[in-house]
Amino acid sequence: MGFTLTNMAEQITYVEAIRHALLEEMRRDDKVFCMGEDIGAFGGAFKITKGLLEEFGEDRVIDTPICENAIIGLAVGASLCGMRPVVEMQFADFVSNGFNQIVNNAASTYYRWGQPVPMVIRLPSGGGLSAGPWHSQNNEAWFFHVPGLKIVAPSTTADAHGLLKAAIRDNNPVLYFENKYLYRREKDALPHDDNIVEIGKARVAREGSDATVVTYASMVQRSLEAAEALESEGLDIEVIDLRSLLPWDRQTVLASAKKTSRILVAHEATRTGGVGAEISASIAEEAFEYLDAPLKRVCSHDTPVPYAPPLEEFFMPSAEKIADALRSLCSY
Amino acid sequence: MAAKTTVGVPKETALALYEKMLLTRLFEQRLDLMYKGGDILGGLLLGTGNEAVSVGATSALGKGDIIAPTHRGIGAHFVRGETPKGMLLQILGRAEGGTRGRDNTQHQGSMKLGIIGMISHLGATPTTAAGCALAFKIRKQPNVAMGFTGDGATSLGDFHETLNMASVMNLPYVMIIENNQWAYSTPPQKQYKCAKLSDRSMSYGMPGFTIDGTDVELVYTTVKHAVDRARKGDGPTLIETVTMRLRGHSAADGAPYVPKSMLEEWNAKHPVDIHMKKLTERGWLSDEQNKELVERLNSEIEEAVKYAKQAPYPEGHSLLDGVYAD
Repeated sequence: MGFTLTNMAEQITYVEAIRHALLEEMRRDDKVFCMGEDIGAFGGAFKITKGLLEEFGEDRVIDTPICENAIIGLAVGASLCGMRPVVEMQFADFVSNGFNQIVNNAASTYYRWGQPVPMVIRLPSGGGLSAGPWHSQNNEAWFFHVPGLKIVAPSTTADAHGLLKAAIRDNNPVLYFENKYLYRREKDALPHDDNIVEIGKARVAREGSDATVVTYASMVQRSLEAAEALESEGLDIEVIDLRSLLPWDRQTVLASAKKTSRILVAHEATRTGGVGAEISASIAEEAFEYLDAPLKRVCSHDTPVPYAPPLEEFFMPSAEKIADALRSLCSY
Repeated sequence: MAAKTTVGVPKETALALYEKMLLTRLFEQRLDLMYKGGDILGGLLLGTGNEAVSVGATSALGKGDIIAPTHRGIGAHFVRGETPKGMLLQILGRAEGGTRGRDNTQHQGSMKLGIIGMISHLGATPTTAAGCALAFKIRKQPNVAMGFTGDGATSLGDFHETLNMASVMNLPYVMIIENNQWAYSTPPQKQYKCAKLSDRSMSYGMPGFTIDGTDVELVYTTVKHAVDRARKGDGPTLIETVTMRLRGHSAADGAPYVPKSMLEEWNAKHPVDIHMKKLTERGWLSDEQNKELVERLNSEIEEAVKYAKQAPYPEGHSLLDGVYAD
């Protein structure tokens, strides 16, 4: 045992929360194993799996060649045989190399022939770090259209922990989008050691009555900042952290839409065909008559993720952009 | 290495191989008849000419082993314990079928029988099978996983990644190439430049064999060797079996691109006929016994047809059930 779990009162980072969840689940269930590029002795590009090899050995912390398709394909097979693989994509961007195994094989297996595929794919995602087009994407929408997958995207340390534990215990393929910008910026104490965050349940991150921001991942913090800034202007903003994107919590979102009657959907992923588009359409279908203003979206522009800081700042949503959109929404 | 000489197997094994191949052939002939009679939904994919491979290779496995067959692998399903009735219920899209009408052709899977349900993206499920081999290795379970691919899917990255990874991880895995010389209408010279597809094994650091895929005993014996080797922990093997697709890609494909002389040449060495002839020559199968076997299998098939044709389709509303596992 080369690794001790933190005392629950201690402030830990989002990254450490992910590692905690892996450790706890691997200790709890010997069917859980990790697989990915550079995750063993090296501890992974972001050091999330650091220390796992020493404790669990090479059979359960598996360094692979660089071949996302086979990594994910093997995880599907291992899970058919009763294992619970947790696959690390070095960056979410590279999951495109393993697309077929996820969307055609893993996602449909249970529906087609009844065999569950319990597996987790961890996807370090998100921009704001000048990492360029292929180390910055928020590509959750590629998978959002695929029946049979689950998608989660934690924004807090506690959810990073609790959603990963829930994902590992889930009997379906779960894509776990972890946000790189939040990795070492988010810090909190874990609520308790058996912190399981139910997949499909949103969290009201801030209660308010004038307008609602429906958001997730990195934009939760930006939305909370915007809400705080608007407090002095007399606006009372509700912020809903979706936490799960597939399935998403329609009930909580629709209830809030009916309560505040003004909806802003914010996400870091690009706008067209994004998760926000589905949420917007659902609100239009099911809560139209409750709305006092046309729904708004704040998303990244429809371009590849750029590199130079002024470009990326222009590309991405920010607390200011969210606050501006809320002002306009509330003055409609 | 190119092995042309056949090898003997015990009488009991030789007869079992024959029975499964014959069942496959008779069953596929019946399917073809049903297709012509309009009883088959959508398309029909037959493995005529591939019987020695699907039956021979799968017969080399044992209990707890797992296969990822192709759409030419009805024989492989039969060896693992699928019945004509189960196969028909699946192909006809009935509620009782392996995918309950949700997926077509031979796409059903069953971990109980050790069969991974294929997807139409050929090459994907042999990768999945390597994952089963990984699970066996992690659990130190003495089982073997086998992936089947056509010649066509060897051009995909899946093939390379799977063999590379299986070798690097020393997995209990065997990859069978069913080279039936046609990837739909594409012949070998438009698919690859190497002399034999098994030549690729060298680059993965694993043994590779190219054998006559019409000789079921040779297929069985060669694959058995590879399976035993994998089971002992000595790693994966690549085996290319060379045969010929004696029908079109699907029942809708008249295969006008196949030279007539080629078809005649390979029809003369139909794997089921060759094996029957050998059994007869060895005195292991009399005409009378063969006739009885054909009758028994045909009657089993007819019962299956009768049952499956009247079996109900799933209810439309069942569509929404079970997108997620609990």
